[in-house]
Amino acid sequence: MADLSNYRFTASHEWVRIDGSSATIGISDHAQAQLGDVIFLELPAAGTELKARAKFGAIESVKAASDLYAPVGGVVAEVNAALTDRPELVNSDPYGEGWMLRLDSATDDGGDLLDEAGYTKLVGA
Amino acid sequence: MVEFGGFDMPLQYSTIREEHIAVRTRCGLFDLSHMGEVRFSGDRALDVVQSLVTNDVARLEVGGALYGVMCNEAGGIVDDVVVYREDAGYMVVINAACRPKDVAWMGEHSADSMFEDIGDEVALLAVQGPRAVALVSSLCPDDVASLRPFHSKDSTVAGVQASVSRTGYTGEDGFELYVDAADAPALWDSLLEAGGPEGLIPCGLGARDTLRLEAGLRLYGQDMDDTTDPYSCGLGWTVKLQKGEFIGKPALLQLDPSHPPRRFVGIELEGRAIARHGQQMLTAGEAVGVVTSGTYSFTLDHSIATASLDGDIPADTELSVDIRGTVAAATVVPLPFYRRPKGA
Repeated sequence: MADLSNYRFTASHEWVRIDGSSATIGISDHAQAQLGDVIFLELPAAGTELKARAKFGAIESVKAASDLYAPVGGVVAEVNAALTDRPELVNSDPYGEGWMLRLDSATDDGGDLLDEAGYTKLVGA
Repeated sequence: MVEFGGFDMPLQYSTIREEHIAVRTRCGLFDLSHMGEVRFSGDRALDVVQSLVTNDVARLEVGGALYGVMCNEAGGIVDDVVVYREDAGYMVVINAACRPKDVAWMGEHSADSMFEDIGDEVALLAVQGPRAVALVSSLCPDDVASLRPFHSKDSTVAGVQASVSRTGYTGEDGFELYVDAADAPALWDSLLEAGGPEGLIPCGLGARDTLRLEAGLRLYGQDMDDTTDPYSCGLGWTVKLQKGEFIGKPALLQLDPSHPPRRFVGIELEGRAIARHGQQMLTAGEAVGVVTSGTYSFTLDHSIATASLDGDIPADTELSVDIRGTVAAATVVPLPFYRRPKGA
């Protein structure tokens, strides 16, 4: 199991790892398992400003297409280019190589992000 | 697990991709016991089945099978079916989701004494893929490897009485095994055990859908329904107007088979975004049809779909698909998307 003590989760199954003013975003292991084989990601370009809780992209598996929501606000500094050709990294390593975006000037409006225990409780229920 | 036609069905056992590739390169095992079976018998069995389906059932010899559709009086498709000629009549295989409707329809157009809904007693397992024939042959005392496509014979598989049919819904070679429902769990286990070393894995509804779509095979409820005539979904080849009277024939005679109300096409998309059932097909921003089925092709590594276009759209029209607000260019390609290599 990955060490998720630094990760915070949304109820819509994204995770964020905040490191100073930088934040990394992806989706949870539970979400990738529910989606199954990830085929395609629609992600914003570097420089795009994200608002916390707003839609920032979409993820498609053979089963379904789902919108992605930003756990925190910020400016996109880097998009995981590996996902263009290997979107299945989201399935195989959702908390590592399957990361989606790195944000600068991350702003956490706090409040409703869940820690690992809270998220586990949410999806386990 | 998902609910499908009254059955709890696994969408996947491992992953759709893994199961799909297993069937294309080795073999896969499917539990298709949800499929319905109706048996027609008696002196008038041929006449009744002939009136129900558009294809020519009279040409079947015992052990032979054919694909066709049942039409309503307006020429719309009630269901797509496979008909087997048996010693004492015909077995019609129907879609699980259509079972109540089909059985009622059959009752309206025959007498109850002529047919029996045996769907609860019959289970269906399919073994599909390049290694399927060798695997089933190794468990069968009779020569089933020489069965031609769309032919079946009664035999045993791993000691279980089975009707062994050279048919499938994946585009690969293989068999469908009709067995007594009580025997199905034991046969499933035997096939898994014998097939495991050959790379056989269990496959769910998800891979069944991606495989059938690559093979250009239709799915009732998505690619056609009660309002779709056979010509409009590319199934004109199952309509045998010369065979005599059948339900829907007068309506179908009003249509021009080469210019039906709708045109069914295969399309390839640029990129990986998946076109899905119900999304709009566009030409210069105007809606000209809908996507009927779409998926990502694991064999071809791009997105594929089938679409139903307005009948008067010229063949060389430039098309695109509105995928959740993003317009993706679509190229019309011949069906099927995938054809298994010769000799494989």
